Formats: sequence, structure tokens, C-alpha cells
Amino acid sequence: MATVQFKKIIKKFGDNLVLNGVDVDIKDHEFVVIVGPSGCGKTTLLRMLAGLEEVTDGEISIDNLVVNELHPSKREIAMVFQDYALYPHMTVEENMNFALRLRKMPKAEIDARVAEAANILQLNKFLKRMPKQLSGGQRQRVAIGRAIVRKPKVFLFDEPLSNLDAKLREEMRVEIAKLYQRLNATIIYVTHDQVEAMTLAGRIVIMNHGIVQQVGSPIEVYRKPVNLFVAGFIGSPTMNFLSGKLSIADGVTVFSSESVTLPIPAFVLPQNGTWDGREVVLGIRPDDVLVEHPGGEKCSGKIEGVLEVCELLGHRENLYLKVGSQRLLATVEAFFNRSPGSAVSLCFNYQNMHVFAKDTGQRISE
Amino acid sequence: MKKKISAAAKKRYIRHLLIHAAIIAVAVACVYPLLRILSVSLRPGDKLFSMDLSIIPAGATFSSYARLLKDTMFLHWLWNSLLITLATSFIGVSLASTAAYAFSRFRFPGKKAGMILLLSSQMIPAGMLILPLFLMIMKLKLMNTYLGMIIAYSVSSLPFSIWILKGYYDTIPRSLEEAALVDGTSQVGAFWRIILPLSTPALSIAFLFNFTTAWNEYLVARVVLFSAKQYTWTLGLFELQGQFITQWGMFAAGSMLVTIPVLCVFLYSSKWLISGLTLGSVKG
Repeated sequence: MATVQFKKIIKKFGDNLVLNGVDVDIKDHEFVVIVGPSGCGKTTLLRMLAGLEEVTDGEISIDNLVVNELHPSKREIAMVFQDYALYPHMTVEENMNFALRLRKMPKAEIDARVAEAANILQLNKFLKRMPKQLSGGQRQRVAIGRAIVRKPKVFLFDEPLSNLDAKLREEMRVEIAKLYQRLNATIIYVTHDQVEAMTLAGRIVIMNHGIVQQVGSPIEVYRKPVNLFVAGFIGSPTMNFLSGKLSIADGVTVFSSESVTLPIPAFVLPQNGTWDGREVVLGIRPDDVLVEHPGGEKCSGKIEGVLEVCELLGHRENLYLKVGSQRLLATVEAFFNRSPGSAVSLCFNYQNMHVFAKDTGQRISE
Repeated sequence: MKKKISAAAKKRYIRHLLIHAAIIAVAVACVYPLLRILSVSLRPGDKLFSMDLSIIPAGATFSSYARLLKDTMFLHWLWNSLLITLATSFIGVSLASTAAYAFSRFRFPGKKAGMILLLSSQMIPAGMLILPLFLMIMKLKLMNTYLGMIIAYSVSSLPFSIWILKGYYDTIPRSLEEAALVDGTSQVGAFWRIILPLSTPALSIAFLFNFTTAWNEYLVARVVLFSAKQYTWTLGLFELQGQFITQWGMFAAGSMLVTIPVLCVFLYSSKWLISGLTLGSVKG
């Protein structure tokens, strides 16, 4: 296994700047998920590591060896493609042993490796079949098997589950997590699905517009998003945002918007004279909007709102609320027995409140 | 309700009937001349101009075939044709397959102009190319040689073959080659091991096109070849047509015989002409 370093990576397609100074260090045996919206440059970054795209500027190293000019086959990486990319004229077995045959490995060793991978992925029964005779999930397994047999330094996964239906995606996600535990390999996994990122990653790299927004463990990026983009991208359902202004009254920082006025405790935003008049965005996750809650020390005062729509999800329920002109989403325990249009009181959980500067979008709260 | 269904069934029946009638009419129009030639080739020498319409004529004989093979150099001409045609087809397909790959996969200056130029070269009538071809082959000192013919034929079929193959390559997902590159092949290796095996339907079409074009060609052969020993069958057959008398029996027999290689090539290549080879490679 190996370490991977991206140093000041720049990628341009003509005049279009796709990656703008990406710096990421990936440790040995680490499972790193690169996540971001479509067009953020995450797949381009992965393809550059694989050697399928040229690097405009910067350095990519695998195990401290700069690989910018190295042919893909010499990088000792294996890649699982979004669309599987199985060779349609070869059987499952031939697909899996293709790379080993190219290396002129002894037949006994090839067979042993294929059998081992087929065992792990439960593909034994399908070795003689052609790709077109397999289901989507089985094809994806073959694509993963093709990577495993190589025993590469780094595994690259390019949105491997995006073509599967929801149920299969969930199954394969668990399979990949198990595989990681078994192989303990360095894995770089690209996805636009934040659920995959949160569930699989040891560390998440969040990208937008070709720039790395935040690198951290799933819980770090969830609890302490560094900016508005990360706050809005990570977490489902999406975080509520309230735009407003800060003021200082009697030594207490107060947030006021058109619809809501509430004091911000010092453990959320340390008292600081410069906050007065500052335009900010308050971020509260739907789980932290407490509806008909007795309140308490760590909660804001009561805010009156109107219930607009209820969405029952089974064990949870999404409540779409309106506070003045502000729309808010709250997620509560299922069976919130109130009809749309009824008045509700709510409060915010201060412990998970986020404050961002409106002009820069950067986090200013603790 | 019942009445409605039967009316729909009747409509469908009439539609099928019309389609089948049209197919049969076209099939008859295609096969009839062939059957007439077969009939003429089997007639005894004294009944060549008979108005009899039967396919197997009364007193059918293979004498025209025997005379053609015994009294003329027909087998030699057939061999010449086969040699030139096969060489043309292999060279033409080899050049076209690599050129089309470059047009399909790489970015280079003049790519679009090149494709348009290739297409426009197909708009020039074959007769207009005779003079330049004659001059080129003469300057290359390849008059009356197989090589001269092979060069002329393979070059003239290239544009069509390139277009066919480029169009086919475009449908093959790039991720297959990329997977091969990551697996350890070179770019040429990916082309050889992945793209070519997947392109057999298009390669077969290009091969058949090259084969039939070269096999049936007359005009260029007339200009380039001038000794009977070098003749292709088209020129040879024409020799049977005299100023005052034409050996119609032998002519028809020759015409029947030359269809055999084409038929064999078509039958053989039909197994490669299966579509959907890339099924299952990527998400579907």
C-alpha cells in the first residue's frame, strides 16, 4: 500500500480552469472519499492520479515518487470505473485476469488470485459468463474483482455505485466497507453522494469549483463545516440557513433577521466587539430545530411558527415550517400529530449552531 | 369490442401482405437477371438465342463452363483478381482501421477538415479519377503490375472505410481503453486488444466493401493492365466479347463463376456482422 500526495494541482481544459491548486495528503491504508457536486473537478483529480489526464501544473506523488509523467500502467494503481468498463468480448475470468496476463504472470498464480478475488466477491459461479449475462451489481463486482487481483498500491473508485438502484447501492456500499476492512488498502473514492462519503470515508475531501473546501473526518465536516458550501453540502436533509445581522446589546451578541431575533451564547460565538453590525448566516440542521420542546439551557427562546407540510419518512418526520417570511425544515420523531396550518413553537439547539460570515461564507462560530 | 379487434387484425394482415408483396417483388427483381444468366450458361451452343424462359433449359449442359475453363485463361484471370482483391482488402482495412482510430480518439490540427476532405473525395465520379490514377501509376512505374492495381484500389476505398470505422469507434466507450491502459497496455495495445476485437462488425463491412469494389472493378484495370497474363476476370470476360461474335454461353458461365468467391466471403463474414458486441461492457 502507499501514500498519495497532490501538491498545488492545477488543471486547465483550454481556458477553463478545472482544478485550482489542490493540496491533499493521503496516508497509507487510508480510505479517502472525494466528494462534491457535478463539475467540481473530483473525477478529473482521480483521472490525473490514474494517468488518464495530464497535469497542467503541480505534482502528484505515489509513495513519494512523482508520477506526473508515468504511464498509467506503471503507477501500480487499479481503477473501478463509473460505468464498470468491463471488456465485453472477454469472460468474467478473462476480465479479471487481463492485467495479470499482460504482466506474463505464471498461470498458477493468476488462477489463485482470480479464485481468491472471486471468493471474496462471490463471483465463483459467474467466471465463465460474459459481462452481458450479468446484472448491474454483478458487473460492478467484476469491476472491483479486476482491481483486487492486481494487488495495487492504491485503489481508485470513480463513482462506482452511481449506476445502481437504491437498494443495490446500499448493499454494495456495505460490501465496499467490508472489502476495505479485509484489504486494509489505500483507497481513493470519488462520489457526489454525501451519504456514501459519510458512511465509507476515514477522511472526506470536499471540493467545489476545483478548490478543496475542507478535509476532515466525516464527523468533523458534519459538526464543524468550515464554510457555507460544506455546511449546505454535507448532511441530509440540508441545513437551514437564516441571514441576518449581529448586534451587541448589554454585552450579549444578538442575531436578528426579519423573522427571528435570538441571543447567541458565548460558547457558540465568543464575545467580540467586532461582531456588532456584522452580516452573518446562521446554520441549524433540521435535527436541531426542536419543535414543541420544553427548551432548556442549551436552547434558544421560543419562536412561533406555522406548520406548512408534514412528510412522514417512517421513524422520522420532516416538518416544513414558516417563521415570518423564513422557511425552516425540522426533523422530528414520527407521528407529529398536527395538521398543516397549525401554529407551533420551536427553538434552536445552541450546541449545534453554526455562524458564517455572509461576505466570505467562512465559519466564524466555534 | 370483438368486432373492433377483428378490424385491427384485418388491418394488420393487409399491412403484412403489402410488406411481403413489396419484399417479394424486390427479391424477384434482384434474382431474375441472375437466373437468366444461369439459364444462358446452361444452354447448349445452338440454343443461345432461344426465347425459352425456363431456368433450367432443355438439354442443359455444362459445356460452356468446360470450354471457358479449358480454352481461355479464365482461371488465371480469376486468380489475378483474387490476389489483387485480397491484398487490397487487407491493406485497405489495415490502413483505414488505424486512420479511423486516430480520427476517433485523438485531437490534432486539421481533424475536421480531414474528415470533410475524405467525404468530399467520395463525391468525385470514379471516371474522373482515371486520368490522375493513370499518371500516378505510370510515374511510379507500376503499369501492368499487381502492385499498381492494389495501390489504386486500396487508396480509392479508404475514405469510405475510414468513415464507417470512425463512426463505429465513436460508439465504443473510451473507458474501455482507459481500463486497459490502467491494466497495463500501451495505447497501441488497447487498440489491438480491445478496440479491434470489438469492431469486427464494422471491420467486416469495410472488408466486404473493399472486396466487392476491387473484385468488380473494370475501369481502372482497363487503364493499368494491358497484357492478357495480368488481366483480372473483368477484363478477361470482356475479351470474350468480339466485334462480330460474342461467346454468350462462356460469358454467362464466367459471370456465374465469379459470384462464387463473393458469395463465400459474404457467408463467412456474416458471422462477424453481429451487432451489439459491446453489450454489457458499461452500464446499460
